[in-house]
Amino acid sequence: MTAPGEKAHPEEAKLLQLLDADGRRVPDPELERWVEDVSTDQLGALYEDMAIARRIDVEATALQRQGELGLWPPLLGQEASQIGSARALREDDFVFSSYRENGVAYCRGVGFEDILRVWRGNSGSGWDPYSINMATPQIIIGAQTLHATGYALGCQQDGVDSAAIAYFGDGATSEGDVNEAMVFAASFQAPVIFFCQNNQWAISEPVGLQARRPIAGRAPGFGIPSLRVDGNDVLAVLAATRIALDRARSGGGPTFIEAVTYRVGPHTTSDDPTRYEDSNQREDWVRRDPLARVEAHLAAAGFFSDGFRDGVKAKADDAAARLRAGCHSLKDPEPMTVFEHVYSSPHPALERQRARYTQYLATIEGGNR
Amino acid sequence: MIKDFCLPDLGEGLTESELVSWRVAVGETVALNQVIAEVETAKAVVELPSPFAGTVTRLYEQPGATVPVGAPIVSFEVPDDAAAAGAAGAAAPAGAAAGAVPAARQAVLVGYGPAAETGQRPQRRARVLPGAAPVPAATPASPSPAAPLPAPAAVSPGIPAPLPAQAETRERPLAAPPVRKLARDLGVDLASVRGTGEYGLITREDVRAAAGPSQEKASQAKAPQEEAPPSAVPRETRLPIKGVRKHTAAAMVASAFTAPHATEFLTVDVTATMELLERLRASRAFAGLKLTPLTIAAKALCLAVRRNPSVNSRWDEQAQEIVQFGYVNLGIAAATPRGLTVPNIKDADRMSLADLAAALGSLAETARAGRTAPADLAGGTISITNIGVFGIDAGTPILNPAEAAILATGAVRRQPWEHEGGIALRQVMTLSLSFDHRLVDGEQGSRFLADIGTILSDPAMVLTMV
Repeated sequence: MTAPGEKAHPEEAKLLQLLDADGRRVPDPELERWVEDVSTDQLGALYEDMAIARRIDVEATALQRQGELGLWPPLLGQEASQIGSARALREDDFVFSSYRENGVAYCRGVGFEDILRVWRGNSGSGWDPYSINMATPQIIIGAQTLHATGYALGCQQDGVDSAAIAYFGDGATSEGDVNEAMVFAASFQAPVIFFCQNNQWAISEPVGLQARRPIAGRAPGFGIPSLRVDGNDVLAVLAATRIALDRARSGGGPTFIEAVTYRVGPHTTSDDPTRYEDSNQREDWVRRDPLARVEAHLAAAGFFSDGFRDGVKAKADDAAARLRAGCHSLKDPEPMTVFEHVYSSPHPALERQRARYTQYLATIEGGNR
Repeated sequence: MIKDFCLPDLGEGLTESELVSWRVAVGETVALNQVIAEVETAKAVVELPSPFAGTVTRLYEQPGATVPVGAPIVSFEVPDDAAAAGAAGAAAPAGAAAGAVPAARQAVLVGYGPAAETGQRPQRRARVLPGAAPVPAATPASPSPAAPLPAPAAVSPGIPAPLPAQAETRERPLAAPPVRKLARDLGVDLASVRGTGEYGLITREDVRAAAGPSQEKASQAKAPQEEAPPSAVPRETRLPIKGVRKHTAAAMVASAFTAPHATEFLTVDVTATMELLERLRASRAFAGLKLTPLTIAAKALCLAVRRNPSVNSRWDEQAQEIVQFGYVNLGIAAATPRGLTVPNIKDADRMSLADLAAALGSLAETARAGRTAPADLAGGTISITNIGVFGIDAGTPILNPAEAAILATGAVRRQPWEHEGGIALRQVMTLSLSFDHRLVDGEQGSRFLADIGTILSDPAMVLTMV
């Protein structure tokens, strides 16, 4: 599989794949030993995770259209990249994500209303990062790669075998932060995974504009080994992430993974991809759907029964209902709470603003609360 | 239970969207998240999923309508238990829930304030005091009284539903927050105070006056209401912003906020020009032509452009170039039935005075008949607006977008004026020139205006200029 507009290059990293678009196993002895333990049951569980992530995403998109959320960044099409990598992690690994990794957040156990809190404008951040070892999503493009590298250096200093994983997109690789993080990670051999979901679009700019050659090819220049994996193949993503984690835990330093996938939806609910996207390209990628290939594979193995299908659907619908209920349950924050989480200790400038804002509210009817 | 679905802000700070199509009809049963409509915002065409499972009871808007964010677009009959878990953005129709929060309070989402009401101030909390009947005592200046009444909000044919309560909601009285607090402290109901400030703004003094030295607030407060003429003319009328009005607004805003305007004024004795016009009218060469001070001003402008070419140029932001025109396409602002247009006379600088007079006459006639061709509206290089026809002396005209200068010609008045060392009644006119200060310096603008003034005050001086 070569992304449209990309030309195969002799030096191009091989695209790792274990399940092709039709759900057939692709033999790769080197890769498949990392997922030997994944039974049909477990593959079914990965499918279920992807189906739930997709259902959460569709429901949140609807909630935005219904005026319940200010904005939502859909992950449609990227389920395998997110579930495959997140399910490879241990609880004590730490996730530093961008704003689109809501499938990863689901796997880490983020509460439904907590996923939505920021997008509804109720809170500056959605959850306690240390309760699930996942930082709240970074909106600044690529900044989380520095956080992840710093955290990984801490793991190294502490002498533990936990790892950090930074999720970012193809566009972020052009940012200084990502490049700085890679320099530091390589210099200190930090146990960090740079997990790049190449979804082909930096908002409206195609990836080919900023990466004339596959993005995975950049990492070796920093001294970081890289893997280029079919991001719509949940098994291959799981295997690649396990390889990277194994390297990190055993003192082998950072790894760069390029998960080649496609953003089937808009950049956010404010975006209209029909203005810049070739519909043929989109159709090509829809045919490589991450769920359809697992379904085909499980069906061929006699595992994808009506009962299984209905069970997954019931769980996904339940997740959607809980997401919607959680959204409605969020109370509007009181105006003065905006000052509460800016500094941990008293700050004179902020106190002045707080006093002035209190005075201002007092001049408005019903503002004395 | 009937639930309304109000148009949400679909894209981070939008104030309106266009309803493209309905995917459901009245009476149809819809499921949660079923697509009910297609809406085009400034950013994208999006599908609207239903926030309820229920039956469509009403479609408020027709396809093609521009709908403000926060306005109801569809209502549903939903089972009561489902409605309880309903969306926050889907408020029950006003009046449906007795004793509900005063007026519809909207949930405010991240990054932007509450939905802006069309052309009005954004809504804050507590829009109307509980129990206070909204009285339109202090309404903003209403649009032209001659304007026709708008048709009521479009309702799908065959649904004789009454207009929703929202249609009757009037603006809350205009007053600054500290004045509101003063009114509350003094126990004055703002709705019964007539504002004396700009646009009916209620001032501190108005509130104090309403509070009065005695405690007869009630009778005082009622007085202004009784003064209101019991006329059938509505106190305010709302018209959709569209067509020429919309384009004019966009062009004026674009011009005012991209080109730094500077305006200069010059009042000149144009008695000599008026005498010249008299002689020309009597001459055979100008028979049948309409000759006015504007004719001479247009000619004077073309002559002055030659000496001060920078006023006849364009700022090309994209190319980072200044386009200097070697010709004058002279725009003339015209009030037409559809609104303001600025058709232009091509190559006006090459025309004889008679040709220019003829062109000015036909241009105005065509514009007033609303038959101006698009080509006549494009390609202008500099403009004149003749505010004198309205009896006005001076103003600060806003540049026709992408032009560097615009001249406003005022009314010609007989005024006491210094003349040959004494005071005489002379015919006097004020010229106002706005120019784009990026392209034209004060010196060039001033020289240009002075040249026009010189020609109008003493047409023979043209001999020294060409």
